[in-house]
Amino acid sequence: MTAGTPFFLREAWLVPLFPLATAIAMLFVGRRLSRRAIEYACCASVLVAFLFSLGTFAQLIALPTGHRTIVATVFEWLPAAPVHLAHGGGLGVFGAEWAFQIDPLSVVMLLIVTGVGFLVHVYSIGYMDGESGLYRYFGFMNLFVFMMLVLVTAANLAVMFVGWEGVGLCSYLLIAFHFKKRAAADAAKKAFVVNRVGDAAFLLGIFATSATLGTIRFEEMAPALAAGHFAVGNGALTAIALLLFAGATGKSAQIPLFVWLPDAMEGPTPVSALIHAATMVTAGVYIVARTSVIFAMAPAALLVVALIGALTALAAASMAVVQTDIKKVLAYSTISQLGYMFLACGVGAFAAGIFHLMTHAFFKSLLFLAAGSVIHALAGEQDLRKMGGLAKKLPVTYWVSLVAALALSGVFPFAGFLSKDLILGEAYRQNVLVWVIGYFTAGMTAFYTFRMIFLVFHGEPRGHEEMPVPAHAKHRTMMVPMILLAVLAVTGGWIGWPEALGGSDRLVHFLEPVIGTPNAMRVAPVHGPGSMGGQLRLMVLSELFVALGIFLAWYMYVRRTDLPGVIARRLGKFHEAVWHGYYVNAFYNAVFVSGVKKLALELGAFDRHVIDGVGVRGTAWAMRAASRAAGWWDKWGIDGTVRAGAVGAQVVGALTRYVQTGRVQAYMLFIVAGLVGFLGYYFYLAHHLAAHAMR
Amino acid sequence: MIPVSHYLFLSLALFAVGVVGVLTRRNVIIMLMSIELILNAVNINLVAFSRLYGSVDGQVFAIFVIADAAAEAAVGLGIILAFFRNRKTIHADEMDLLKW
Repeated sequence: MTAGTPFFLREAWLVPLFPLATAIAMLFVGRRLSRRAIEYACCASVLVAFLFSLGTFAQLIALPTGHRTIVATVFEWLPAAPVHLAHGGGLGVFGAEWAFQIDPLSVVMLLIVTGVGFLVHVYSIGYMDGESGLYRYFGFMNLFVFMMLVLVTAANLAVMFVGWEGVGLCSYLLIAFHFKKRAAADAAKKAFVVNRVGDAAFLLGIFATSATLGTIRFEEMAPALAAGHFAVGNGALTAIALLLFAGATGKSAQIPLFVWLPDAMEGPTPVSALIHAATMVTAGVYIVARTSVIFAMAPAALLVVALIGALTALAAASMAVVQTDIKKVLAYSTISQLGYMFLACGVGAFAAGIFHLMTHAFFKSLLFLAAGSVIHALAGEQDLRKMGGLAKKLPVTYWVSLVAALALSGVFPFAGFLSKDLILGEAYRQNVLVWVIGYFTAGMTAFYTFRMIFLVFHGEPRGHEEMPVPAHAKHRTMMVPMILLAVLAVTGGWIGWPEALGGSDRLVHFLEPVIGTPNAMRVAPVHGPGSMGGQLRLMVLSELFVALGIFLAWYMYVRRTDLPGVIARRLGKFHEAVWHGYYVNAFYNAVFVSGVKKLALELGAFDRHVIDGVGVRGTAWAMRAASRAAGWWDKWGIDGTVRAGAVGAQVVGALTRYVQTGRVQAYMLFIVAGLVGFLGYYFYLAHHLAAHAMR
Repeated sequence: MIPVSHYLFLSLALFAVGVVGVLTRRNVIIMLMSIELILNAVNINLVAFSRLYGSVDGQVFAIFVIADAAAEAAVGLGIILAFFRNRKTIHADEMDLLKW
């Protein structure tokens, strides 16, 4: 970084600190502040972060294309230490500073996080009107923005992991905002634990990266790969890629760790909009794009990513079709769209994945915010079967939802069309199976999206005719952000207008230096699927399928509303399986949750019976035994010795008593005995001496 | 001639009877009589050896012993009488004033 680095680029590390400051303020003085103060402070800090990001962006594009990577180090964190590289190369260095990197990828993420974040914060002012604990809500939201910004601007995997864990924490705190509600607390716990499983794999991936490449700094990865002379498909690199992807499946709710996202809908709707649609769940996609150089060297891992992405997209879309809760439809939709992003990365089109990330952030968060408006209008009702005819009551909400639905379904020229089509185009070139899945899922996406629209806004009201619409649901702070997002949902994709339609793929080219180009886009062939004609044909094909999906939704939910029931009954068991999420949750509960609970109970019993039994009661018994032994020793050993002395004296006395009987005859007996003894001894001596003399 | 050993055995036997009597009998007058028996056993011994060696010393000593025994018996009876007047008993095992 040279001395002449422009201001915003040099000081970009400040961006995360603005929301952090207000989050800390909320922690210390939040309770005493007025609602207005909390709202203004927390929204202002995110706005400042957004404006700063705009400045950063402006200064970045002023730089020439090849020089758009700036790293700013704040302080030395993990000291560098020599590390022997696993593959036998020289000495690597594992070190991490608290450093931030500004390049095309991170600046795109910066704008998305701060921009959408700001709009959701403003929306929250109207939505959370009347809720208690406002300082907690905005404090956690700001803390989340801080963590997410750390995540996307990190210059190495260690700092990124701090942000990664931090957003998981904030997700937990915000899902359980109404912590007295049992379902919310359980959902938050589930989210955190499932995330943790992914995090374990992610951490292993970080260690593997350090061991194989000798570095965890992003800008050093490409040079390290080149210097290591790795073969394509190297096992160590594939392992790294798979481990990092496993972490991503946890954070971004892909198979097999997606089960937490539908439950996370227990949180307030703006939380779902920001965290579980636009930002946190996209962190997985971000990290895959960020480490794309490693993935590019591991085709096996890329295939896994693409297949899991595609399958998740399909399965989640099918689950969205049968949901009756408005937020759950959107949750499964998010899982499905995230699948698309991973699908893109899996076929090498990392830029397309990021493009879809951006457009998805716009229309999905908009759909969530609109759902929030609907829920408030119906005093908390979230069941689609009890809605209907709301287009007249909530016109603004209706129109923005329509825009968002068209974007999500991928209708031309809305944002979703351009990003999804870029993905599908690339998929067709690389892996037709994956394309087929993606294509079919696009049709399903259109179907379930418009099913939701028709059920909520069209038809006759089902149960809420008399209810007046509370101001709560149409607050200006809610409407304005929605409208802005709707504008973005329409125009947001135009930045990636493909060449096939006369544009210049600006976004893809912008991201190129960082995450490479989709493989086949380097040189567009004249004929075949890669050509301009081929791309147009694909686009038309997908639009037809989308139109079919929308038509089916209209037919089944506006025209012949009896059909869904009939079809459900006809499909019987299959419908039930889909409704229960293919029993994945049931499986996890039976195997892991019950298993852990049983283990806990066993350990509890062990604690009670063995530890307490042997340990506590055993110790008591041992103490008593010891004191009994000591008592015995004292009574028989010590006292015995004393008594022995006494007894000895008694015995000796008893024996020698006869010397003093006072009876003369006894005395005479002793005299005679002594005399006999002496005489005997003399005679014996005499005999002996005589015997000796005789020899 | 009767071998001198015969006289010694007789003397020994009398001596033994006398010792046993003195040690065992309760009546102090019997004890005195046993003592006389011991003394007379010694006398037999003395006279036997006197005859063996043809020396009259043994017989002289024996006469001394007789006189001595008589005196002793007299004194002894006097003691017994005095004791009897005090303690009204002539049983040796009841005369245990020397016991503390």
